[in-house]
Amino acid sequence: MSVLRSDNYDLVVVGAGPAGIAAAAAAAKAGATTLLLDENAGPGGQVWRGLTSTPLTNRDMLGKDFWDGQLELEKLRSSGAEVLQRATVWSIDPSLQVGISHGGASRIVQARRIVIATGAMERPFPIPGWTLPGVMTAGAAQTMLKSSGLVPSEPTVIAGQGPLLWLLAGQILRMGGRIDVMLDTTPKGAFAAALPKAFGFLTTPYFRKGLKMLREVRSKVRIIKHVTRIEAQGDGQLERVVWETAGGKRGEMASRLLLLHQGVVPNVNLAMSTGAAHDWDGLQLCWRPRLDDDGQTTVPGIYVAGDGAGIGGVGVALARGRVAARAALTSLGKSGQDADLSAARAELAKANRGREFLDLLYKPAEQFRIPEGDTIVCRCEEVRASDIRSAVDIGASGPNQLKAYLRTGMGPCQGRLCGLTVTELMAKARGTTPEQIGYYRLRAPVKPLTLSELADLPMEPEAVKAVVR
Amino acid sequence: MIRRDALIIGGGIHGCATALNLRHAGASVTLFEKDYAGRHASGVNAGGVRMLSRHVAEIPLSLRSMEIWERIGDVVGDDCALDCHGQVLVAETDSDFEDCKARVAELNALGFTHEELLSAAEIRAILPAVAETCRGGIISRRDGAAQPARATTAFRRKAGELGADIREGVAAGMPRFERGLWHVEAGGEEFAAPNLVIAAGAWAGRIAAHLGDPIPMEPVAPMLMITSRVPHFIDPVVILRSRILSFKQFPNGTLLIGGGHLGKADLDTNGTVLDWNKLQTSARTVSELFPVMRNATIVRAWAGIEGKLSDDLPVVGPSPRHKGLFYQCGFSLHGFQLGPAAGAVMAELVTEGRTPTDISGLSMARFNAS
Repeated sequence: MSVLRSDNYDLVVVGAGPAGIAAAAAAAKAGATTLLLDENAGPGGQVWRGLTSTPLTNRDMLGKDFWDGQLELEKLRSSGAEVLQRATVWSIDPSLQVGISHGGASRIVQARRIVIATGAMERPFPIPGWTLPGVMTAGAAQTMLKSSGLVPSEPTVIAGQGPLLWLLAGQILRMGGRIDVMLDTTPKGAFAAALPKAFGFLTTPYFRKGLKMLREVRSKVRIIKHVTRIEAQGDGQLERVVWETAGGKRGEMASRLLLLHQGVVPNVNLAMSTGAAHDWDGLQLCWRPRLDDDGQTTVPGIYVAGDGAGIGGVGVALARGRVAARAALTSLGKSGQDADLSAARAELAKANRGREFLDLLYKPAEQFRIPEGDTIVCRCEEVRASDIRSAVDIGASGPNQLKAYLRTGMGPCQGRLCGLTVTELMAKARGTTPEQIGYYRLRAPVKPLTLSELADLPMEPEAVKAVVR
Repeated sequence: MIRRDALIIGGGIHGCATALNLRHAGASVTLFEKDYAGRHASGVNAGGVRMLSRHVAEIPLSLRSMEIWERIGDVVGDDCALDCHGQVLVAETDSDFEDCKARVAELNALGFTHEELLSAAEIRAILPAVAETCRGGIISRRDGAAQPARATTAFRRKAGELGADIREGVAAGMPRFERGLWHVEAGGEEFAAPNLVIAAGAWAGRIAAHLGDPIPMEPVAPMLMITSRVPHFIDPVVILRSRILSFKQFPNGTLLIGGGHLGKADLDTNGTVLDWNKLQTSARTVSELFPVMRNATIVRAWAGIEGKLSDDLPVVGPSPRHKGLFYQCGFSLHGFQLGPAAGAVMAELVTEGRTPTDISGLSMARFNAS
């Protein structure tokens, strides 16, 4: 992999979304040798996907936030950070060696500090029939929209809750796409529960934007509120969507496309695989890394920034990226950063306002997180909710023991699509907490690596010998 | 104080098999496991059920174990996904093959017939995908592999059903001998029994040293990798004569690559760190031996924590120093297959003071000889 300038860097940043871009730009500008690695064809992450390449030129279609990314990207370009796209990070270990694949070759690079900015992923939405062709996540639909301008034209149902659901619905409609029905799964009473926390939210720009988004979608789409059950039905392909509301009303619609989304959760696979401690977040209902004020994990030298540290959105991600980079540089003895660090911390505190309101409002209902009966939980190994309950009955006490019984989480996705469901389902079945049940022990390579890529890895990287930590 | 006939420290396949057999013998037993049964070496090893290539001192125990594995469903109420298509040792060079001939001749002279010599033509008939350069090898036809975590869990579950008191997530304090009984504090309670079995894997060395029975044990972290599913191309488990490799394809198509390259182990944190340079060597070896594998995807690599003794043989038997104290540890990367018989032997030693299985080469006394 001769494309890299070096075998060792002051800072290696993983993920070129807002947090990674901000971290790499801040570090490189301050004079640290910085490498930013990203899996995609261009920088931007999910929120700014296709920033440099989208075919969409009408700025209104994707909204102002998307184009704000260009400003951050400019800062990165002028910072001197080395950026490698289409690069997969498959391992990070406590000695801060980073395993990278790129273009069919692999290499190990030594970092002095690492910022993991692998962002968020969509929360699993395991309803009956969710594995049928024609059912996809709203995030996947948004990827197609941003990178290729593709929108649905057949009868379409969009279901779930959370800001991204409304954002995507608005984007699809603005581009002339079709949405027939929106099934809003926000539980009855969630708004009342969130209301005491509304003040912080009212003072953020999200409030105004959120209202605009809601109004826009409501004016064009039939909205069904307080949906408590959703089922995708069809023979080998989605044919209809069936639902029921809190008021007991049932409905169904013939449909070729069902878009599902019930919020995003931190993508913690890479951070967990380093051995960093993670805790259960009872409000966001997900795992998040245990971080100090600088964003440093329990593994010295490894920081997490962005939505991977806990869902906060673009503003928080940018601020967390800058805090982590500056703290990392300070710890490396790069002087003159302290003033910058406190400015970044102030930015972070401001960006965090209003989050609790959204978390409470969009806390997904239990029946959409903890499935029953023969609903599939692990798509890779086709394991059903009832299989997991049976395994618990004969003694499986946590996700790692469950692997031995059912191979859950042992497929190519390494539990990304089932991990949260398995933890919550086992906690419920055993009458305990997700914290007690724990999560899969994650193993490198956290992204698939071919045998030939590993076989051809250059031996004994110079970096390992050269770097004294 | 809770009084038992025997206490066991360690809930791997060994401790659980001993608990199960002690219950069959009518002894009351409590087992302490600081994590959960099968958390370490017993649950995360390659699952090899192998008589092939064993040190002569281990062969009687291994043969007895194989008889138990062959009726494992009756023993523990779970087939443990045992799948037996033989294990094959591949000789890559002429000198490897000469060693193979000598090995089979030695075993035959001792009356053991489970290993059979294979010519180059015979090995290619059994392993069509193997590289053309291989010279021959040895096969042990009854061998195979099981799912280690499932098997260990099955032993734990069966022992529990038979009345063994299995305490998972409960770390045992250092044992002490008082007024004719072994005392162990665990989970805020005090237990006492005339017999104590140390089956604590990599952690056994610390306990043995504390009890004045020092053994040359090193905690190690043998590494394994598994690939995504590929079309079925191999039935037996394959091991190499002179390079470090073991290789197996599961019925679901995934391939397990191991053999004993070591990462780093930390006994205090349960942590392991992989060594990618050594895993790279494994990947190269597989690529050379089975070129068809080059494009397979590695989906996971891991390491378990295991106790390795200086001569690569376990300790199975009584303490040379203390009455009622027994060791079943130091299996040095090849203890999984031995678990069922070692459990039977330990129960015999505890309840009857003797065993029909020849374990003379596995005694702790060998470290005190000089």
